[in-house]
Amino acid sequence: MSNLDAAGPDRVPVPDARTAPASPVYLDHAATTPMLPAALAAMTAELAELGNPSSLHNAGRRARRVVEESRELIAEAYGARPSEVVFTGGGTEADNLAVKGLYWARRAEHAARRRVLATATEHHAVLDSVRWLAEHEGAEADWLPVQPTGVVSPAMLAEAIERDPASVAVISIMWANNEVGTVQPIAELAELAAEHQIPFHSDAVQAAGQLPVSLAESGATALTVTAHKIGGPVGVGALLLAKGSEPVPVLHGGGQERDVRSGTLDVPAIRAFAMAVQAATERRADEAKRLAWLRDDLIAQILAAVPDAVLNGPPPGPGRLPGNAHFSFPGCEGDALLMLLDARGIACSTGSACTAGVAQPSHVLLAMGADEARARGSLRFSLGHSSQQSDVDALGAAIGEAVERARRASR
Amino acid sequence: MTSLRVLAAMSGGVDSAVAAARADEAGHDVTGVHLALSRNPSSYRTGARGCCTLEDARDARRAADVIGIPFYVWDMAGRFHADVVQDFVAEYARGHTPNPCLRCNEKIKFAAVLDRAVALGFDAVCTGHHARLEPGADGGTRLVRSVDAAKDQSYVLAVLTSEQLGRAMFPLGDTTKDQVRKEAADRGLAVADKPDSHDVCFIADGDTRGFLRGQLGSAPGQIVDVDGTVVGSHDGSYGFTIGQRKGLGIDRPAADGRPRFVLGIEPVSGTVTVGPAEALEVTEIEAGRAVWSGCLPPVGPLECLVQLRAHGDVHPAVCEPDGDLVRISLREPARGIASGQAAVFYDGDAVLGSATITRSR
Repeated sequence: MSNLDAAGPDRVPVPDARTAPASPVYLDHAATTPMLPAALAAMTAELAELGNPSSLHNAGRRARRVVEESRELIAEAYGARPSEVVFTGGGTEADNLAVKGLYWARRAEHAARRRVLATATEHHAVLDSVRWLAEHEGAEADWLPVQPTGVVSPAMLAEAIERDPASVAVISIMWANNEVGTVQPIAELAELAAEHQIPFHSDAVQAAGQLPVSLAESGATALTVTAHKIGGPVGVGALLLAKGSEPVPVLHGGGQERDVRSGTLDVPAIRAFAMAVQAATERRADEAKRLAWLRDDLIAQILAAVPDAVLNGPPPGPGRLPGNAHFSFPGCEGDALLMLLDARGIACSTGSACTAGVAQPSHVLLAMGADEARARGSLRFSLGHSSQQSDVDALGAAIGEAVERARRASR
Repeated sequence: MTSLRVLAAMSGGVDSAVAAARADEAGHDVTGVHLALSRNPSSYRTGARGCCTLEDARDARRAADVIGIPFYVWDMAGRFHADVVQDFVAEYARGHTPNPCLRCNEKIKFAAVLDRAVALGFDAVCTGHHARLEPGADGGTRLVRSVDAAKDQSYVLAVLTSEQLGRAMFPLGDTTKDQVRKEAADRGLAVADKPDSHDVCFIADGDTRGFLRGQLGSAPGQIVDVDGTVVGSHDGSYGFTIGQRKGLGIDRPAADGRPRFVLGIEPVSGTVTVGPAEALEVTEIEAGRAVWSGCLPPVGPLECLVQLRAHGDVHPAVCEPDGDLVRISLREPARGIASGQAAVFYDGDAVLGSATITRSR
């Protein structure tokens, strides 16, 4: 292992530059974002500090103060009280806690509450949690259909609830879709749930940072947010959990976080999360406009180079995340296109789940009515805080030839 | 040397990892690709014995990381099922004995994958096969046996045309398997001591007869001695291969008291004919689908060596091409020649061509 030898025992091996190409054109912010300088600085500084926030001594008190200040910042940014912020190890954990924990709690109150309502376009963290409850915990998964743009109509939810309101345990509908950027009418949907006192969870991982996300104003029972999609570190997130809502814990242990989520709190990550939330919130409105403008130009450049490309999801506007563009390129395999763009230093995503690295046709596009060929021939371009006009121009210059090549390869 | 854009097919084994590393070190622009051949990876052979499991995909990815090349997984499961698995089943149903590795090279690695690679801008496909490529007489490329005779894979590559060979890269042909393993360890590749793969990658438990029964169903028939005596029965003639001695399920000794071997398979009636070893001997073979990659198609009788099964002996022979067909006359009788296997023609260690055996006597 020449890399390790060269690095010596006390240095982290640095991968060969070609292993981790800098991807000078990064169009995959929906996967993860570069850390904001303020978050990186806060995290680095805090890593040098000592203290478990649950300890009673001075070091513990210091750590606890950092956590609580961070909690207050995050609560304020997302329209919650500090006590309504439950830190987790990220979005997936928060989704699991909300879906499973609220299901168990509701089921324990009334055995008839077996139905879980969710859209077919949820992220796998929700989708597979619901499926698991159906397979192992006696739940009945009730998938809400979506329109071709990916949006779920409040009338559809109302009808699903009213089929038998007493049988609904929990409802989970994502705020904005991670693949096609569809923004759901969360307040309207949450109100329908509230009419029947049914807990309503929303995965707001993609929405936070680009849209105004507020627990109080949305009327939701629980919202999932995470740090690394908004310039914070990977491995920390939160479930914003309305007061009075008591999900059954998924993790048992020391009773941290209102007894809902045990585990020693990751103080450096939480501090960096708060710094990222603060920075993202301060500039959110301007940033959303900037991203929408760049995104619209990206769409225009792609359509100019590939006139038969099809924009998936809702039209640009309030119904779509400002940083999201998602296209199907007829006659192309998405993975071939991704490889060709990657070779040109352009990072994007097929936006779909992987089995052994094999791209499966996106369940989101299939649920929106796309056929398998259209689903397989799609790519997601997602913009974020580090995106510049030059990124969009580089894609616009490369996409035409890449599509032409990919088409030849799939003949 | 010209730097080529090279697609390195990486199975997750040691050979393809070292081959990719050598191509990279030679200054080529190498991209690693693992071919996913099963829609349900856990149903194929697991771990060290297979070529298409999740673990193999991870091993291949890790090797690409260590070498420092980009890596992708290509889904070839549909093509593999249609061109290799179904062909395998259909050949057995026909009473033949197919070689799926050969078919995979012909239809997948150096056809579907190569075509896609060329369309995407690659110049060559690199694999870890143990065989050499040398400049041929007419400016083309000819296939030559590996220096490691025990690991030589020229037999399963001989079905390739000179055009396909011209786009192939086999960096391991001048190296023994032991040297490949040592080199892998020196390069820090974790697959250095991963065991070799064996048998048919898409038959998870190694039970070919059971797999075929599942695909073709039960088809009972008789086992008949050369003298016409019925000596047993079976539940599917696809469970037999020419020259097979074990597992015949004959319930009584033969009249002459000598061991019995499968001489013939009649798939329509399901009759399997058995007889003594010397009845397996053939000298005249007919083969179809001839490919001449190492020479121009011969116009008359050609003195050469012929190999009639993977890792089998070579036999001096005279081959007489007739269009797509080749008539092969062996100098000495050979035993256990099965239809469906390839006849590969050699001049010394160099491959002249190949054809698929259709008949022998």
